[in-house]
Amino acid sequence: MAAVDDLQFEEFGDAATSPAANPGATTIHIEGPSESPTHQPGLPRGSGGEEDDELLGNDDSDKTELLAGQKKSSPFWTFEYYQTFFDVDTYQVFDRIKGSLLPIPGKNFVRLYIRSNPDLYGPFWICATLVFAIAISGNLSNFLIHLGEKTYHYVPEFRKVSIAATIIYAYAWLVPLALWGFLMWRNSKVMNIVSYSFLEIVCVYGYSLFIYIPTAVLWVIPQKAVRWILVMIALGISGSVLAMTFWPAVREDNRRIALATIVTIVLLHTLLSVGCLAYFFDAPEMDHHLPATTAAPNQTAAAAKN
Amino acid sequence: MAKAAESSGDPGTTTPRPLFAGLSDISISQDIPVEGEITIPMRSQIQEFDSSTLNESVQNTIMRDLKAVGKKFMHVLYPRKSNTLLRDWDLWGPLILCVTLALMLQRSSVDSEKDGGPQFAEVFVIVWFGAVTITLNSKLLGGNISFFQSLCVLGYCILPLTVAMLVCRLVLLAEPGPVNFMVRLFVVIVMFAWSIVASTAFLADSQPPNRKALAIYPVFLFYFVISWMILTFTPQ
Repeated sequence: MAAVDDLQFEEFGDAATSPAANPGATTIHIEGPSESPTHQPGLPRGSGGEEDDELLGNDDSDKTELLAGQKKSSPFWTFEYYQTFFDVDTYQVFDRIKGSLLPIPGKNFVRLYIRSNPDLYGPFWICATLVFAIAISGNLSNFLIHLGEKTYHYVPEFRKVSIAATIIYAYAWLVPLALWGFLMWRNSKVMNIVSYSFLEIVCVYGYSLFIYIPTAVLWVIPQKAVRWILVMIALGISGSVLAMTFWPAVREDNRRIALATIVTIVLLHTLLSVGCLAYFFDAPEMDHHLPATTAAPNQTAAAAKN
Repeated sequence: MAKAAESSGDPGTTTPRPLFAGLSDISISQDIPVEGEITIPMRSQIQEFDSSTLNESVQNTIMRDLKAVGKKFMHVLYPRKSNTLLRDWDLWGPLILCVTLALMLQRSSVDSEKDGGPQFAEVFVIVWFGAVTITLNSKLLGGNISFFQSLCVLGYCILPLTVAMLVCRLVLLAEPGPVNFMVRLFVVIVMFAWSIVASTAFLADSQPPNRKALAIYPVFLFYFVISWMILTFTPQ
């Protein structure tokens, strides 16, 4: 009899034995997947710890680094992994651009705007826009400068687009790589309070290049003085953003190395802007605006002035 | 058979009548059919459909595809919010447009290799890699449009700019001068705006609402670069 009982199936609760009819039986409720969004788009990240963020983010930097590492949990060969780098809204991108245009002394760009949510949207599209802005306005300015010459035939100079793209993208990606490697190396020797991840450095460099877009458009004006004033202004703004971002990362170090790092960063930035101005924009020559009877004396005068 | 075993599941309660007790009263007769064949009535129809497109004349196939492409051209020229471009996408139209544009834009081999207009391959690469980059950008931002649908829309919306190229080519046959340039500038600007409006009408709904501007800006840049290439085209 016990054997027969063992062989019988035991019926668990179905609709017939509902809890109302059978209060003694235990029931399991299985609900459907709840619709909780993984992230809410309107909420800025890290809003809780915002009050503690200052120029030196003490342990927050370590914690945020850990959190940033935990956030990207998908393996790198899935699409979702790369989607985490584009997790920005329109207003966030505008805020970051505004932050790069108005460097406030004492406010760190990374701490204030990036807050462990570095994005690749800004760096990539700002660089793309800058490439085309430089190439197009260089072409336009050359056209306007050489407009009166009889021997000038307009060419679109399309080759310069690929050169500009190589220069800008190499600067925006290789210099952060070198800087990140350098900072990691110094971190291993000297315990720095603030350290940045590679993506945050790429982000700062990308957004700091934004000021060059209106600068490149204004470089069409064929006056040497105007162009150099524009270079100074742009360099001042973006250089100060970079300097104020990276000073906390090196100030614990040997004084000379810290200063050398900051000077190198600003120097490379200067090299980029002056190099672009020299290569893509022909030097404006004042003689072309003088009325000339024949072309020959005008050109010899221009050649002599050179 | 004895009483149903289900009734032994509830020991404590005393039910007047065990469950399924009436089952034992049913006798299964041999009249109820419990076996048979399952036939798929569609099979013959599917075979018929396959052979119909396989055996149709080449002219029918080409005309059908051309009509589909032409219908999409009409949708681009008169953009309303519709799903036609997205639902049945194809890449024939973008290919035709891109090849036409690149053929008209390439510089002749006579002039110097140093500086000049783009080559055929450069235009081709810009159009296709630009479209792929914009699509990837839109998908990474969280848009729910498929890869080829987006390529289809971006490719078809080059149609106004191709028309602008044709008009510019015709205008350039006349004498050069500032009037010539003004006419070309006006045509290119109008067609550029048309392209933007058309592609926004198709693409805007598939983006998340707080990132629309982020997804539309690269489209603007893309068509701006193509417009610049068209405007600065100078025949040798």
